Amino acid sequence: MIRSLIASLFVSALLCACAQEAPPEPPQPTFIAEGRPVSLSDWGQLAVGGGELVLGDAVTPYQLATGLFTDYAQKLRTVWIPVEAGPAGYDPEGAFDFPVGTVITKTFYYPRAAGGPGYVARVDGDGMAHFDERRLDLEAVRLVETRVLVRREAGWEALPYIWNAEQTEATLARAGGFVDMILVSEAGEEALGYVVPNVNQCAGCHETDTTDGLGVRPIGPRARHMNTDFEYFDGVANQIDHWSEQGLLADAPAAEAAPRNVAWRGELPLAGEALDRAARAYLDINCSHCHSRTGPADTSGLYLEAHEPTGPHLGICKLPIAAGRGTGNRRYDIVPGASEDSIFTYRLASVEADVMMPELGRALQHDEGVALIAAWIDAMSGGCG
Amino acid sequence: MKHFKIALMGASLFALAACGGPEESRDVSGFDREYQNTLMNALLDAQPGDVIEIPAGEFIFERGLSLTVDDVTLRGAGMDETILSFAEQRQGAEGLLVSGVEGFTLENLAFEDTVGDSVKISDSTDVVIRDVRVEWTNGPSTDNGAYGLYPVQSTNVLIEGAVAIGASDAGIYVGQSENVIVRNSRAEYNVAGIEIENCNNADVYGNVATNNTGGILIFNMPNLPRPGAGTRVFDNDVYENNTGNFGHAGTPVASVPAGSGILINSNDDVEIFNNRLRDNRTAHVIISSLYTSGYEDLGVTEDFDPYPETIYIHDNQYEGGGGNPDGLELQALRVALFGPTGRLPGVLWDGYMDEDKMVDGALPDDLRLCVTDAEVLNADAPNGFSSPQLADAALFDCTHEPRPAVELDL
Repeated sequence: MIRSLIASLFVSALLCACAQEAPPEPPQPTFIAEGRPVSLSDWGQLAVGGGELVLGDAVTPYQLATGLFTDYAQKLRTVWIPVEAGPAGYDPEGAFDFPVGTVITKTFYYPRAAGGPGYVARVDGDGMAHFDERRLDLEAVRLVETRVLVRREAGWEALPYIWNAEQTEATLARAGGFVDMILVSEAGEEALGYVVPNVNQCAGCHETDTTDGLGVRPIGPRARHMNTDFEYFDGVANQIDHWSEQGLLADAPAAEAAPRNVAWRGELPLAGEALDRAARAYLDINCSHCHSRTGPADTSGLYLEAHEPTGPHLGICKLPIAAGRGTGNRRYDIVPGASEDSIFTYRLASVEADVMMPELGRALQHDEGVALIAAWIDAMSGGCG
Repeated sequence: MKHFKIALMGASLFALAACGGPEESRDVSGFDREYQNTLMNALLDAQPGDVIEIPAGEFIFERGLSLTVDDVTLRGAGMDETILSFAEQRQGAEGLLVSGVEGFTLENLAFEDTVGDSVKISDSTDVVIRDVRVEWTNGPSTDNGAYGLYPVQSTNVLIEGAVAIGASDAGIYVGQSENVIVRNSRAEYNVAGIEIENCNNADVYGNVATNNTGGILIFNMPNLPRPGAGTRVFDNDVYENNTGNFGHAGTPVASVPAGSGILINSNDDVEIFNNRLRDNRTAHVIISSLYTSGYEDLGVTEDFDPYPETIYIHDNQYEGGGGNPDGLELQALRVALFGPTGRLPGVLWDGYMDEDKMVDGALPDDLRLCVTDAEVLNADAPNGFSSPQLADAALFDCTHEPRPAVELDL
């Protein structure tokens, strides 16, 4: 009894201290060439304190044109390249060629909701709510996990860190884990069993080419995903132009000359070319890390990168191969004009482990994404004979 | 073609109606719940060359396991002693996913009741699966996971002494792989017992396939990165594969008639010999093109060859079977040709041949369908099944050079 009383006094004293503490100075980022630091703070990419998360010195935040859905999580993405390492090499198709020493982070978080520490708000996926001028307001958000991708001599390594309930530190969790929360929206509350992937599951998405033996690598920092505006603290700029100016990227063309996926953030309804471009951008970022000609899902013969032509390999009247229960008793991946007969919408809407697509990274349905793909399929003409 | 399709649809409806409620799954309430994290961490921290021993016991896994390290052995204490149950799996599309490794051995353990595929191994070389059981303990059910043992896009694959039960697609499935041996294993109560799909150079021998919908399938499917050819199926016991088709509509195996022993679809260079085929109620051997697999030429890329060619079927033993084929159309055909108590012959052929390759009305010798141990029923699918009949024995009276054995240095 006395011990627990003392303990609780101690905790409240700590909380008081937190509330009065000044936000930390931007930390100094570090490249750690070997080993697996137990604490995220060792990397110096971001620091928390005084009710804020602040980015490290010279750490650059970025966002993707159309983002990957992860259970309506908000995502703060950053990149840092040691000055002496030089810029990343531009690539019109694949991920930029980052030098050894590069550290990329992605912090998954939710706006807090009334109800208690486990209650978080559902807002449109993959935004950056409450991020402003290099800092994130921790009074307003709940940090869940931060994933680190570090470019070492031998290649990229992926390290997942989970934030503690007190939001004071994130600790290495190579085996991943579950974080149970309540997601609150206008429609009500729903249980969210948020899954932090283990490091092998990181590879399940990030090994986008299983043929070159190079293992995991970044997915988002490709020209077509990066070619969009970002609100930097000193003004709005295109990210490719900004990276070139800042010495983060070499040999890139001007943004107008680079490939560009449309920026889709849940807007519906759409029609015509706008619908087609949004759907292709959505499939590209959500699916093509596996469903490409080199990715782990090339076993299926379904290729969803933005540049793939229309036809069977895009799913049009394509038979499933190893879908099992995932077919939902539907015959083709896409039946033009009939989303209700298409395997695409069945698997995108499912939350069953062996049916859902993507296989990893979500426990909930992305309502807006399913609606987008359904509208895209329904707008096609032809049918499958 | 239409009629055959109707027959197949009838067959699957029949099958679903015939399938009783699933049995109960194994009770896992007494299983260990702590060990799962130990094994997950051991797989993450594995170093090349490691042998990870799993003790005897019954263990719950709530998440799929995965391994990406070369040359690891994962070994239990026996397929009935070390049981990994995924009955309460919350995440992961497989029980175990091994990807991109050079060298992997899995032996002496069981995977039960995975939510999706049981053991998937992709993009790997030198894979050995020995004395492993994969099972859905509730028996055949459309709600079971698709594949039991599932190596895909791999090179040098040996599966031996395995047991696969209850998969809603294939119990033992090797896809898009090179140099494959499946031997001395047992597959029962799956939709497809053993399936070799889009593989090159495969041997399937010494196995038992029984109580599946189809016993052993040698398939080539369109729209995949690689076609396959070259399989031997020999010395297998393939009997009573009469379980109603419980596959998912839309999957390739969902159109397999119940009572199929060995089924070749669109695959070339297949030798089937010395098997013991018994009491498969539709046909002991079916040779079909893509056109009668329930899949027309819709959505198929142009470079795909839909015709089975260079087929050599000889020296098999046939007993019973063919007396109660799956589907009303095949039943009507049986009665019309062979009388009310008659049987379909040992081999059923859809009748498709590639007209473009014919010389003077026949396939060149090296592409022929050779059947020297049974009568062949030509279903006459190219003419809308208008005049099915026993084929002229001379059409099939030929031989091919025996295929060489698959050599694996594992």
